[in-house]
Parts: sequence; C-alpha cells; structure tokens
Amino acid sequence: MSRPFTPKVLTANDLLRGDVVWLTEAGDWTRDMARAELIEDEAHAQIRLIEAEAQNDRVVGAYLAEARAGARGPEPVHFREAFRSRGPSNYFHGKQAESDHV
Amino acid sequence: MYDYTDFDDAFLRARVAQFRAQVERRISGALTEEEFRPLRLMNGLYLQLHAYMLRVAIPYGSLDGAKMRQLADIAERWDKGYGHFTTRQNIQFNWPELRDVPDMLAALADVSMHAIQTSGNTIRNVTADHFAGAAADEIEDPRPYAELIRQWSTDHPEFQFLPRKFKIAITGSPNDRAVTRAHDIGLRMVRKDGATGFEVIVGGGLGRTPLIGPVLRDFLPVADLLPYLEAIVATYNLLGRRDNKYKARIKITVQENGIDTVRALVEQDFAARRAAFSGADQVLLAEIRARFRRPEFVTAPTDAFEAAYQADPVFRSWADTNLAAHAAPGYAIATVSLKAHGATPGDATARQMRVLADLAEAFGHDELRVSHEQNIVLPHVHKSHLPALHARLREAGLATANIGLISDIIACPGMDYCALATARSIPIAQQIATRFEELKLEHEIGPLKLKISGCINACGHHHVGHIGILGLDRAGVENYQITLGGDATETAEIGTRTGPGFPADEIVPAVERLILAYLSSREGPEESFLMAYRRLGMAPFKEALYGEGRQRDAA
Ligand code: HEM
Ligand code: SF4
Repeated sequence: MSRPFTPKVLTANDLLRGDVVWLTEAGDWTRDMARAELIEDEAHAQIRLIEAEAQNDRVVGAYLAEARAGARGPEPVHFREAFRSRGPSNYFHGKQAESDHV
Repeated sequence: MYDYTDFDDAFLRARVAQFRAQVERRISGALTEEEFRPLRLMNGLYLQLHAYMLRVAIPYGSLDGAKMRQLADIAERWDKGYGHFTTRQNIQFNWPELRDVPDMLAALADVSMHAIQTSGNTIRNVTADHFAGAAADEIEDPRPYAELIRQWSTDHPEFQFLPRKFKIAITGSPNDRAVTRAHDIGLRMVRKDGATGFEVIVGGGLGRTPLIGPVLRDFLPVADLLPYLEAIVATYNLLGRRDNKYKARIKITVQENGIDTVRALVEQDFAARRAAFSGADQVLLAEIRARFRRPEFVTAPTDAFEAAYQADPVFRSWADTNLAAHAAPGYAIATVSLKAHGATPGDATARQMRVLADLAEAFGHDELRVSHEQNIVLPHVHKSHLPALHARLREAGLATANIGLISDIIACPGMDYCALATARSIPIAQQIATRFEELKLEHEIGPLKLKISGCINACGHHHVGHIGILGLDRAGVENYQITLGGDATETAEIGTRTGPGFPADEIVPAVERLILAYLSSREGPEESFLMAYRRLGMAPFKEALYGEGRQRDAA
C-alpha cells in the first residue's frame, strides 16, 4: 500500500519563542516558509525528520507537512499549514506582522 | 472576596521557583521535551499553533480590581496587550515566550493567582455560577464550597494521576448557570426539609461523547460534601479506564458500569471515608466562610436609575439585556459583554481590563466575575450608579447590549490558535455577530445561545447551544456542522445534528435561514428559539437549511 510520495517541508515550533519554524536546505531554521527546503524524496524526508528530532534543544514537535512549489518557494497545501505560516485571522499578529524573516 | 492565607502564598512561591528551575533545565538541554511537557502542563503552559499559551485559573470566576489590573499588566508586559477569557473561567495569554513564563507566574503569585491544575489529569479549576453571592434566586453562595474543594483538590496526593482530567462545577441556585450537567461532577444546591444540600450529578461532559450527567445523589447534606466527593473520585480512580484516552473520562465509566453500580461503589467508599473525616473539613469550611468578606450593601434611592432608564434609549436597551436581579434591594448584577459585534468573543485588551478594575472599585464593591459565557460580571452595583457605569463602559467599548442574544456567542480559539483544532471558530463568530447587527434583528429574535467549537473536543460547548456549530476538516476544507436544541441549564440537553455541514462561506447564510424560519413560525415574541424548536421539532429548520427535501449527501 505504498502511495506516491508528495513533497513536504519539515516544520516545528521554536523552543524559546514557540513560533513556527521550517528547516532549510542548509540545515538551519527559518521563519519564512518560502525559504524552507522542499523535500521531494521520501528517504531524504525521513533523514531530515530524524535530524530535526535530534535538535531537541532548539525546536519542539518536528513533523513533515505537505507543501508544493510556489513562485517564491514552498507553499502550504493544507489550510492548517497556511495559518501556521501566516498567524491568526482575528488580529494582525504572528508571522504576517513580522518582517524579520531570518 | 476571599483572602488567601500565608500558607497559600508560600506554596505559590515555591511552585514558581520550582518551575523556573525546570524551564532553565529545559533551555540548557538537561530536560527533553518529553520530560518537560508534563511539567509545563502542570503549570498551565501549552504549546499552540503560533506560540506558547499560558492558562491562568480564576477560581470560581471571582476576582477583584487588583487581580484584574495585574492581568492587564501581564498582558501588556509579556503578551500582546490582551487576554482571552474562557468557558472554564480561565484567562489565556496567547503569546508568551518560554523564558518569561516564570516571571509571569511570579507576577500572578503577587496577587495570589496561579496556573496550577489548569491542565493535566487532575481536578481542574472548580467553576461556579458567575452570579454566585449576588443572584436573587440563590439559596446560598456556593463559593465557600468551591474554595473548600479547591483547597482539598490542590496537590491532593491521591488524585494527581487520575485516568483523565476532572472538572467540577457548582451552583448555589436552582437555576443552573454553571452547566453542572455537563461536568464530571456537577453540584446544584437544593433545599430539603429546611436543610441545604447538593444534588450531585456525575458523568456529564461534552467532547467526543457528549452526555448529560445523571443524578448520583438527589440530596447530599452540605457537611458530607468532601468525603462524598472523595468517594466519587476514588471510585473513578480505580474504576476509570486507563487503556484508552477516549474512554477514560468518568462519563464513560458511568456509561459502561451503569449509574447504579457506580452509586453502590461510591456509597460503600463514602461510608468508610465519612467515618475517617474527623471534622477538620468543617473547621476549614467555617474558616473559609469567615474569610469571604460579604460586601456591605447600602440602602439608597434608585431615582437616578429610573430617570436614565426613561430618558436614554441606549441605556435602557443595555439595562434590559445586561442586568440581572440581585438579592439585595436597590442592587443589580451587571454583565459586561466581551462580544462587541465583530470582535473576538472573550477577548479584553489591557486597557479594558483596567477600566473594569476601576469600575469594580468605584461602583462594584471591588468584585468582578468571569462568566463561562466569556463575559465579565460586576456582581454588586447599586442601581443609582448604573448610568455612570454605563457611560464609562461606553467610552471603553464595553457597553454592547447583547447579553443572551445571538451575538453573545461562545467560541473556542479554534484553528486561529489551537493546535488540536480542525477548523476556525473565531471568524465564524465574528461574521455571525456582524451580520445580525447589520440586520438589526437580534433584539427581536430574543434569547438565543449560539456556541461554536473548532473541533470535537467541544471547548466552545456547541452541543449545549440552542444553535451549535462544530468546525471540521472535510477533505482539506473547513466545514461547519449545525446542531439544534441544545440546552446548558437545569433542563440540559444535547443538541441534534441537522444534517450535512456547510462550507465557511455558507454557514452564516445558513444560520440566517434558521433564524428567519424561527421568526416566521414562532407563536409570538414570548416563544424563544428553543421553545419553538421543542414545539416544532427539526422539520421546519431542516427545510430552511436544505430546502424542499433537497437533502445532500452527508458532507
Ligand atoms: C487552546 C488550547 C486548548 C486545548 C489544547 C484544549 C483541549 C481540550 C480537550 C482535549 C478536550 C476534550 C477532553 C475530553 O473530552 O476528554 C477539551 C474539552 C474542553 N475544554 Fe478545552 N482545550 C483548549 C482550550 C480551551 C478553551 C479556550 C476553553 C474555554 C473557552 C476550553 C474549555 C473546555 C471545555 C469546556 C471542554 C469540554 C467539557 C468537557 O471537558 O467535557 N478549552 N479541551
Ligand atoms: S474545541 Fe478543539 S479547537 Fe476548540 S479550543 Fe478545544 S481543542 Fe481547540
């Protein structure tokens, strides 16, 4: 029952701030989803997940989330990931209000 | 208000110091997340979608100006300048950073507040009727009992690892404003042969298996409260399932074993415990009663109120919806709506919190309550002060006259904040409130409880809303399911699903069709939505939602 692998990004919450971060190709964490690594290979995804889980002192709750290639970089597929990349809809808070993408 | 003792203070300080050390060990890497998670949850700290969230208990919903002002300071200093009041009489801060949380807890301890047992499989913050100590229909103030339960349950060694979370609600009135029938234990004060006691309800709850709790004991003398509660929780601790998280709440224990078996076991345990209770609980109860300072109510004319009521239609509209009958002559209970049309239900800015603190001190015998309906109550306002109070509320954007109406919506944080959510709830609440404000219909519609949850956990109480809305994820799209006929009061009922759900852009029109169907078929304005539903049943509402038998397949 092997399904074709669909592209993913590796995401988590930052330990100190609690906000959403994504893993880049270089292996560090970004607050801008577009800079995340779009993982298109299943074996590589598993390696990335293990690496991320090992970074227990930097991030919490790492997982692989569906993503697709967009104009700027990876984009969310599911609405939950869209909200995570943006922030709440009732206030202009969270990612949408931050320009300090690192 | 109740004054905490030095013992309570030392206990809180010790807990803050302990948590500070745990946070440091987490940041240094000495603790893994798996080790740290239960420790942070014990202190009310969750990790949500966009940030950490700190949940602070407001025991039985009571606080004073100093506490409210401290919440405002915390919101400004360590959060984004606002707080969210919840259906469990807690306040949640949505944006704290991990390093700051111990300081936030220390600031809370400065005003005898904390986040203990707001999470985890323990006895949670005891909730009470938000009109407690003020309501005209009250037999007795339930808060001394709630405080007794709080002291007994806090760090109770036998009950730190229950099969699942455990929630107790209490009311001193026959009219149930505390949703006692949807709690693990509900206590409703009743009188029998001149004595006061509690009707004890067990095994109610919402969530994935919504159940109205059956009565375990129809009359429990007040003096037997603690040994009886202990017998219930001890019975549950042994009998409750630990193999399946979804079957672990006491409601399932009661459902699987039957109320009669549970009753027999509780009574058996109770007999032994009753004998072992030396009477220390009664001494403690007497001390607690003495520490609950009752306001010194004044006798004064209410002419200013009558004059404003006649002269000012805006004040009159607010008075008609937001005031409730007080036990003391000349007084009223004023509910301050945190549901301005289009705002987030239950949110208050730091500035608004300070205004509420000032007003409580100036006009309200320094008392405030948080209601499970996510509003703030000034329980003791002399009627002569109401016009001035109303004017100050207006300046602060707090004078919305909609208590009990369709825009007085309970909504959980949903997917705007909550990591467990399957859909958003806040924007739906905002849109419904805004729409009915445009239609200028809500006063004509009259009493209506609309409640929204962002997932099956039902934090927004949707099952007991006259209209309930549940947000779900249907194949990657937000979808909203409607239930009708729920009731949170002493005539509690779980609502019934209407049929297939609606996408986000169709849910507001669907609610509008329901309301128009009600307005066109009610016998008159005295027949509320719930009464009409009970008389007419589901058919006309289904027709309004789905039209001419055009039933779609289940979404
Ligand atoms: C935002 C983080 C929250 C999380 C992670 C959370 C989690 C949960 C879960 C898992 C349940 C189901 C428990 C069960 O049935 O065993 C539940 C129920 C409930 N929660 Fe929350 N909740 C959150 C926020 C809130 C808020 C903001 C409120 C108040 C507005 C609230 C009040 C309740 C109530 C009243 C219930 C249903 C009553 C019952 O326990 O049966 N929760 N929550
Ligand atoms: S009902 Fe679901 S979405 Fe809403 S707060 Fe509770 S757990 Fe979160």
